Amino acid sequence: MVSVCFYFQVHQPYRLKKYSIFEIGNGGKYFDEEKNREILNKVSGKCYLPANNLILDLIHETDGRFKVAYSLTGIILEQFEEHRPDVLESFQRLVDTGCVELLDETYHHTLAALYSEKEFKEQVKLHRKKIRQLFGYKPKIFRNTELVYNNRIAYLAEQMGYAGVLAEGADYILGWRSPNFVYRAKMAKDIRLLLKNYRLSDDIAFRFSQRGWEGWPLTADKFAAWVNAVNGNGNVVNLFMDYETIGEHQWEDTGIFEFLRYLPREILRNPDNDFKTPSEVVEAYEPVAEIDMRQVVSWADIERDLSAWLGNQMQRTSISKLYELEDKIEKTGDQKLIDDWRRLQTTDHFYYMCTKWFNDGDVHKYFNAYDRPHDSFIAFTNVLTDLRMRLNEKSMSA
Amino acid sequence: MSTRTQNIKVLMFGWEFPPFNSGGLGVACQGLTRGLTRQGVEILFVLPKIHGALNEDYMRILSAESFNKKVGKITFKAVDSILKPYMSSKNYRLEITGLEAFMGEAKDIYGSDLFSEVRRYSAHAKNIALHEDYNVIHCHDWLTFPAGIVAKKMAELRGLKTSLITHVHATEFDRTGGIPNQYVYDIEKVGMHHADYIITVSEYTKNIVTKHYGIDPKKVHVVHNSIDFSENGTEEEFKIKKHYKTVLFLGRMTIQKGPDHFLWIAKRISELDDNVRFIMVGSGDMSRYIVEEAANMGIGDKVLFSDFLNGRDVDRAYRMADVYVMSSISEPFGITALEAMKNHTPVVISKQSGVSEILKNCLVADFWDVNLMADKILSVLYNPELRNQLLEEGLKEIRKFSWDRPANQCIEIYKRALAGC
Repeated sequence: MVSVCFYFQVHQPYRLKKYSIFEIGNGGKYFDEEKNREILNKVSGKCYLPANNLILDLIHETDGRFKVAYSLTGIILEQFEEHRPDVLESFQRLVDTGCVELLDETYHHTLAALYSEKEFKEQVKLHRKKIRQLFGYKPKIFRNTELVYNNRIAYLAEQMGYAGVLAEGADYILGWRSPNFVYRAKMAKDIRLLLKNYRLSDDIAFRFSQRGWEGWPLTADKFAAWVNAVNGNGNVVNLFMDYETIGEHQWEDTGIFEFLRYLPREILRNPDNDFKTPSEVVEAYEPVAEIDMRQVVSWADIERDLSAWLGNQMQRTSISKLYELEDKIEKTGDQKLIDDWRRLQTTDHFYYMCTKWFNDGDVHKYFNAYDRPHDSFIAFTNVLTDLRMRLNEKSMSA
Repeated sequence: MSTRTQNIKVLMFGWEFPPFNSGGLGVACQGLTRGLTRQGVEILFVLPKIHGALNEDYMRILSAESFNKKVGKITFKAVDSILKPYMSSKNYRLEITGLEAFMGEAKDIYGSDLFSEVRRYSAHAKNIALHEDYNVIHCHDWLTFPAGIVAKKMAELRGLKTSLITHVHATEFDRTGGIPNQYVYDIEKVGMHHADYIITVSEYTKNIVTKHYGIDPKKVHVVHNSIDFSENGTEEEFKIKKHYKTVLFLGRMTIQKGPDHFLWIAKRISELDDNVRFIMVGSGDMSRYIVEEAANMGIGDKVLFSDFLNGRDVDRAYRMADVYVMSSISEPFGITALEAMKNHTPVVISKQSGVSEILKNCLVADFWDVNLMADKILSVLYNPELRNQLLEEGLKEIRKFSWDRPANQCIEIYKRALAGC
């Protein structure tokens, strides 16, 4: 028996404006509303709406045997509410089928778990509340931002009442062990660990359109055969990826929609296979062993660590200076200030400052005084300065 | 018999002019030519055509034909070129590549490197020198020196009596932090030796010229730069000043300007005082390094960056600051110190600068003496008496500045040249 477990991440950040030194003191308006709306519309048109429609069709076609899970961040739900209620309704229709599970995470898609457990719990609570408000739904499974995970995350998730938690099936943690089973987590009592099968996930998410890849072109029957091969040595194939894979990272003309259209019936052609949501997987399979993840693992890049967000000093300075403000910010009770502070925690801001893949010989170096990572850092620092000034004013008047 | 000012006709070679300037040289050329024409000197100003629209340093775009118009007593002549004064030959190659990318221009329009560009510029100069009417040749910095030399030769062929004046605004030693490019150095040296008179913008630069280029000090005349004072009445309030003390760096992010020294000073100040913010305005080949270094030093949240600014925003940046710091490791003059004072901002400047020779109401320290620099900056920030003294007396001092003074000094040199002594 092999269960295929799809989980899609749905997220868009509030991107910052190129905030100049002369804007410091203007107090607020940090985010590029126009650009954020533009991108939301673009991705809604290319991915969210057509992919939702396809998945709804597939659920009906298979009489509910096709199932998926989503994690929608609080800030994308806000953006849907404000600009694209039609997309939100489309997700609500999916959830109403009963074949779609929603996961919980940090509302603002942050690394709060690493900096402040109090803030982390607060953000998870906010997310839980948002999901209940919009979907009338209580998630049972937790997934942390960017699949950032260690033993402590499992412990915290269990404390908050979750039955399972997702993580990356990184080789350097698993060693000879397979991601295709359910595991227990070290330091937690009973919470179950679902590990991403990164090979099969990345075949879809990253390699699908690579013509130089030996698996190209990837067809539904070929992929189903790879899943069938797990039969006898695994219970579950966890396919975790960004939802934007469908139609946005892999454009429509790569054939990604056709692939997805045929995948359920090819998987189900083998009577030993089925689709399960994460909570069904946790119910169905007993854990085979305990996994001890002391260091922090994520799903990013080949390193599968934190280096995409915290790899250089620009990133580390920005994030630590931001979290330093926590107590003072909370004390103000000023909701606008707290919201801005939380929106600045979104991992994307730090990801934009990443210099890992930076080529020093780049010709662009000359034309742009600062390239993108540096620009992002500069804008962030200017915004942070403004935020601190607002905070000072609040504290002084209080 | 002394020459009347009205009879002086200057053929002047420059390579940048506001708004197509990337630094102080263009500002100095503008000020000086304004001063000279106010005294009645007639100037033909030869300028390479700058493709300003392609460079983000240039915010405003002027059509090329405006350079061919007669503006009062100055006539501009445009020479097709993409010369910029602060380009190394490596950057120049990039610039050509970039122009192709943007414009689809053919490479052979521009020549293959910076030095063939200099030759091309002088070829145009030759043509101009053959046809125009002038009795003094005045060229600004090394890229125009070959043009000046060739122009003088043409004048001689025509039987015109002229003198060649080379004006040194910066030397290769300043620009490179003491590791000169041999080819550039050679051009500078040849230009200075061919000159009948050399003008330097400071005693500091005169020393470099006599020490490193083997020039007889008697041939070298110091004419300090200046500024035409005008009250710019903006009363914009900068909220940041209510929360923090602000210290400004404004200049190209290149080794000459000492942006790394500024960071070390910032680090030192931050150790003593958490409430100071450092604003760094400008771009250059060290930009990225400096941004990363600020973070590496642990003051990443205290240093606020801005790209090169132009026009009114430069004044705003000065006014946003409680103190302006010029941390240059070698600054022939340093006109920004005057601009800061004009904007009611006290200055702390590097001793290795020309402007420190003439400014009274400023604080001075060696650029490398990080602790002393930090002390002086903190004194300006926190000692109200010192601050007021610098502000009030500084403003009185700066009001007296005018480009008429350096213009008159130049005219004296022109007159001596025309009298043949």
